[in-house]
Amino acid sequence: MTVKITIDGQSINAQAGDAIVDVAAENGVYIPTLCYVKGKPCLGTCRTCSVKVNGRVMSACTIPVTEGMEIDVNGAEITDMRKALVELLFAEGNHNCPSCEKSGRCELQATGYEVDMMVSRFPYRFTPRVVDHASATVWLERDRCIFCQRCVEFIRDKETNQKIFSIKGRGTHARIEINPTLANKMSAEQVREASDLCPVGCIIDKTQGFNDPIGKRKFEIKSIRARVLDTAAKNMTANQANSLNREHP
Amino acid sequence: MSRKLIIDPVSKIEGHGKVVVQMDDNNQVTDAKLHVVEFRGFEKFIQGHPYWEAPMLLQRICGICFVSHHLCGAKALDDMVGVGYSTATPMLPTPEKVRRLGHYMQQLQSHVTAYFYCIVPDMLFGMDAAPEQRNVVGLVEADPELVKRVVALRKWGQEGIKSVLGKRMHGINSVPGGVNQNLSQAARDRLVNGAEGLISLEQVLEYAQDGLKIFKDFHAKNRAEVDAFAEVPALNMCLVNEQGNVDYYHGNMRIIDKDKNIVEELDYHDYLDYFSEATEEWSYMKFPFLKARGREAGSVRVGPLARVNVTKAYEDNCPLANAALQEFHDYTKGKANDMTLHTNWARAIEILHSAEQIKVLLNDADLQKDELIITPASNAWTGEGVGVVEAPRGTLLHHYRADKEGNITFANLVVATTQNNTVMNRTVRAVADSYLGGKAQAEITEGLMNAIEVGIRAYDPCLSCATHAMGQMPLVVTVLGADGKMIDEKIR
Repeated sequence: MTVKITIDGQSINAQAGDAIVDVAAENGVYIPTLCYVKGKPCLGTCRTCSVKVNGRVMSACTIPVTEGMEIDVNGAEITDMRKALVELLFAEGNHNCPSCEKSGRCELQATGYEVDMMVSRFPYRFTPRVVDHASATVWLERDRCIFCQRCVEFIRDKETNQKIFSIKGRGTHARIEINPTLANKMSAEQVREASDLCPVGCIIDKTQGFNDPIGKRKFEIKSIRARVLDTAAKNMTANQANSLNREHP
Repeated sequence: MSRKLIIDPVSKIEGHGKVVVQMDDNNQVTDAKLHVVEFRGFEKFIQGHPYWEAPMLLQRICGICFVSHHLCGAKALDDMVGVGYSTATPMLPTPEKVRRLGHYMQQLQSHVTAYFYCIVPDMLFGMDAAPEQRNVVGLVEADPELVKRVVALRKWGQEGIKSVLGKRMHGINSVPGGVNQNLSQAARDRLVNGAEGLISLEQVLEYAQDGLKIFKDFHAKNRAEVDAFAEVPALNMCLVNEQGNVDYYHGNMRIIDKDKNIVEELDYHDYLDYFSEATEEWSYMKFPFLKARGREAGSVRVGPLARVNVTKAYEDNCPLANAALQEFHDYTKGKANDMTLHTNWARAIEILHSAEQIKVLLNDADLQKDELIITPASNAWTGEGVGVVEAPRGTLLHHYRADKEGNITFANLVVATTQNNTVMNRTVRAVADSYLGGKAQAEITEGLMNAIEVGIRAYDPCLSCATHAMGQMPLVVTVLGADGKMIDEKIR
């Protein structure tokens, strides 16, 4: 069923049930995300995609569009709120972009650039966190974990579907954990998949480091915004262009 | 009345330092010290990081000679994983040559920056000239054509670094056992042929001779003053190849005396057996010395002057630098040169040497080959590595240890400026003695302040490397009477 909504005042026809974040991208409006992975169940953990829906702040990845929604993505207040959320992630962990293996292909770093973050307005916590080496193939660099839970939900043992990663503890004591027995069963491809899925440099493939030269890394070649919007445009062309007609104000 | 002269901080160097000269009632210099007032933390906060991050993180210690730190760390990692000179698995030709090219590019741009931007204004305008003239802006007004050439030359070096390491500053190309990219043919051709806004290799070789000409003109007009300015004795040290000549990337550490006798020659992996470091409560910078000779006699000089003192000849394919080197050697009739301002002569020679070495490498087809890395089996892991290179300012050492999981547990950095600490202090003392000793002047002149700085600046010290951090550098000089009251003060 087609519903009519507005995003930043622009009238849009959308498929009922689609997530706001996808509808926005398909219509050329970028909303940053860190836990959301297109095509997988939404997690709603990072809140980086916060937008205002009919005046209330909601996460764009968890809310499906419904008739008459008025969505504010780029208003000054909500834009600054998203920026603050990204700053909080930097303030909570220990992020050393200059020496991080993930620099240039890190979604948190790329999102920091997209929200124009220069420095955190919040005091850095410098939380002491311990690197986990228990797995033979994965370095768990806890300093960088943002608790998005992508790895927890989407990286599972191929045989048993058991979770390989988990979150232990609560609040400021929360930490990412790895099951070394299951981790050691991961194929090289699955380790790479986990490493790529991690939006930061927390899950590191022990066998490969700094293999991509500076200047040739994912987000150095093409920004995260351009990647999201281009992918959405391709999907739009392939699947929906015939059924949805965009109205111009 | 006794006086104390304070220069805080010293200007046109990298980092924060101050000089204090203490004089007695007879206007004799009783003490002179170069204090380094920064605090270093890199050796500590790298601990706990995965070993392969060390060259990436530790190069951030400096915005000038980051390639040297990066390569030094990379060599230490080679040791750790079991590749390179100290192992049975030699480095492949392409990665070593790519690393060397980045290193020579950095030496070129670093020396050009120090020499033309910081040192040449002192030569052209004189130490007594007003500070607002005696800088690169003054140089622009006095000789815009020279400055255009200098800027172009430095830019070419920076672009060369970018081509090799991916960025003009703090790029990454060295990984344990090799590099992550070669030099593309397009990048090579751009550097050789030039492009819009970029000079060609041929122009580089021409412009690289400017420094030498300036020094020779300056020297010819001021020979007595230049030669007499802070002649301080020291042993000279640099990395040497099998022929006993400088190798900026790898070799044994050779130390020679005034007569160029070899005092020590050691594999740099054994440096702890030969060197110790003293500390002083008034400075964050340590004082390395040869254990066998003690704190004073065992202090070494490193950097351009030390390297040209140690080196008998450059490679045959570097004829311009070789001719300049021989002229340098002839001046002191085969003895090691201890004249502080001749460091600038040596630096000008090395600008030329770097340019000629780059020319050789850019014509080497190995740089475009695709065999970039050797990854040894995990049982080759040693968990400890030492890397040494000749950074622009001298011999630089990184020493790491990691646990069996690969976490860095220990890091020790001995940087060139630290090696030069004692010699720089001797230089300050020598200049102070010469300019102030026995003279009853209470007023501080600009020339007097700058003379001390010129002595320090000859070493092109990088106090950020020796500790860390950088920032604004105002200059305050205060003369205190014996009662502690201010007699005179100048601020700029």
